[in-house]
Amino acid sequence: MPEKLFNVNQKEYILPGNRSCQGCGLSLAYRYILKALRENTIMTIPASCLTVLHGLYPTTSVNVPCLNCTFASTAASASGLVAGLAAMNRTDTTVVAMAGDGGTFDIGLQALSGAAERGTDFIYVCYDNEGYMNTGTQRSSATPIGALTTTTPVLTKQQNKKDMMKIMEAHDIPYLAMMSPSYPVDLYDKFVKAKRIKGTRYMQISAPCPPGWVFPPKDTVKLGRLAVETSVVVLYEIEDGKFRLTGRSKTLAEKGTRAPLVQYIEKQGRFKKMSMEQLGKMQKWVDGKWNEYLKRAEG
Amino acid sequence: MEIKDDNISAMCRPAIGEAGRTGDWRDSTPVIDPAKCIASLKNRPACYLCWLYCPEGVVITGNPIRIDLDYCKGCGICAEECPARAIAMVMHEEAKNE
Ligand SMILES: Cc1ncc(C[n+]2csc(CCOP(=O)(O)OP(=O)(O)O)c2C)c(N)n1
Ligand code: SF4
Ligand code: SF4
Ligand code: SF4
Repeated sequence: MPEKLFNVNQKEYILPGNRSCQGCGLSLAYRYILKALRENTIMTIPASCLTVLHGLYPTTSVNVPCLNCTFASTAASASGLVAGLAAMNRTDTTVVAMAGDGGTFDIGLQALSGAAERGTDFIYVCYDNEGYMNTGTQRSSATPIGALTTTTPVLTKQQNKKDMMKIMEAHDIPYLAMMSPSYPVDLYDKFVKAKRIKGTRYMQISAPCPPGWVFPPKDTVKLGRLAVETSVVVLYEIEDGKFRLTGRSKTLAEKGTRAPLVQYIEKQGRFKKMSMEQLGKMQKWVDGKWNEYLKRAEG
Repeated sequence: MEIKDDNISAMCRPAIGEAGRTGDWRDSTPVIDPAKCIASLKNRPACYLCWLYCPEGVVITGNPIRIDLDYCKGCGICAEECPARAIAMVMHEEAKNE
């Protein structure tokens, strides 16, 4: 039992009886995000599963102030909130923009790039469920190769995932982190740290999605763990340019062991039409990233 | 519903059960066996992995550990992650209790 668990904020900010699916990885991650950010936080959120979780007017299931913005404007909306709070001399509130991978990797990218380049003082969170899930599992540029979606229903997705962390790192921002809800304490610690840092902070979370990835809801935490064991998802942070592996990924690097990708793939219905060639291509992509991280962790 | 507010935008108020009684979504119910639960056996705060991993935040720590069945969606993550295998997912448990 992790000792650190008892240091986690006991208060819940997501109220019971919300609209997220059974076993939603986003919901689990969001519980710990809000625990770490605490009261003096304002969210801005575009159309996504997270909006659905927040609820329908006139009630909401989340106990933190939230502004609903349009799809492409998430980071612009955050910039406005930051400017507004500054004009009111409110220095005690953290502005947090949070969107799915569709709203980040694709549709919100230019507003996000603009805000990061200006060094806007806010936290941007992307929960990456690897598709446009709220509208019924359409492909995004975060969807992995070989996955079935409703817009890649026959041949599966043909391209590898976009490396969004690299794009954000190129903006020279003070803090970036990669997380998984299967490691809630690692995620919590990173958000506690991010809250204290000034400037643009980019946080990306791999969020297993039972209906979109086609696996039983009881396996959400197991699948997130398998993603880390196979290094499809790597837990790390980049603070002022310094790269550091964290948690289980750090241990895997020290031990020099990783599970083969196929163990992660075979657990998900979305990969049932993946070809051997695609599996090989994805394994090569995963290995390439992993070796890059190992090298950076050393140096 | 009367809302007196200077705010010109539509504003929501926080409420439990925003989506209704989500416990109705369940087809199986987590049942904790205190004779196996590590926290119950030690009679102090321990383990609590069911609380840690529940996406709904409906596990209530203490001795014994309780689950808010009005809103537990029955995903089964707690049963899957319990290191002592102290949680069983029981089909139609509520029908039996009523
Ligand atoms: C400009 C605009 N285009 C399309 C939509 C319809 N829409 C609402 S949510 C959504 C999917 C969002 O996907 P993502 O950002 O990945 O979040 P997820 O649903 O996966 O949580 C789409 C396409 C919209 N609301 N606004
Ligand atoms: S579709 Fe996926 S991400 Fe969206 S609420 Fe359901 S489980 Fe969560
Ligand atoms: S995970 Fe299992 S053993 Fe641990 S506290 Fe919960 S019920 Fe008890
Ligand atoms: S079945 Fe799911 S929602 Fe219910 S208590 Fe267990 S983890 Fe929470």
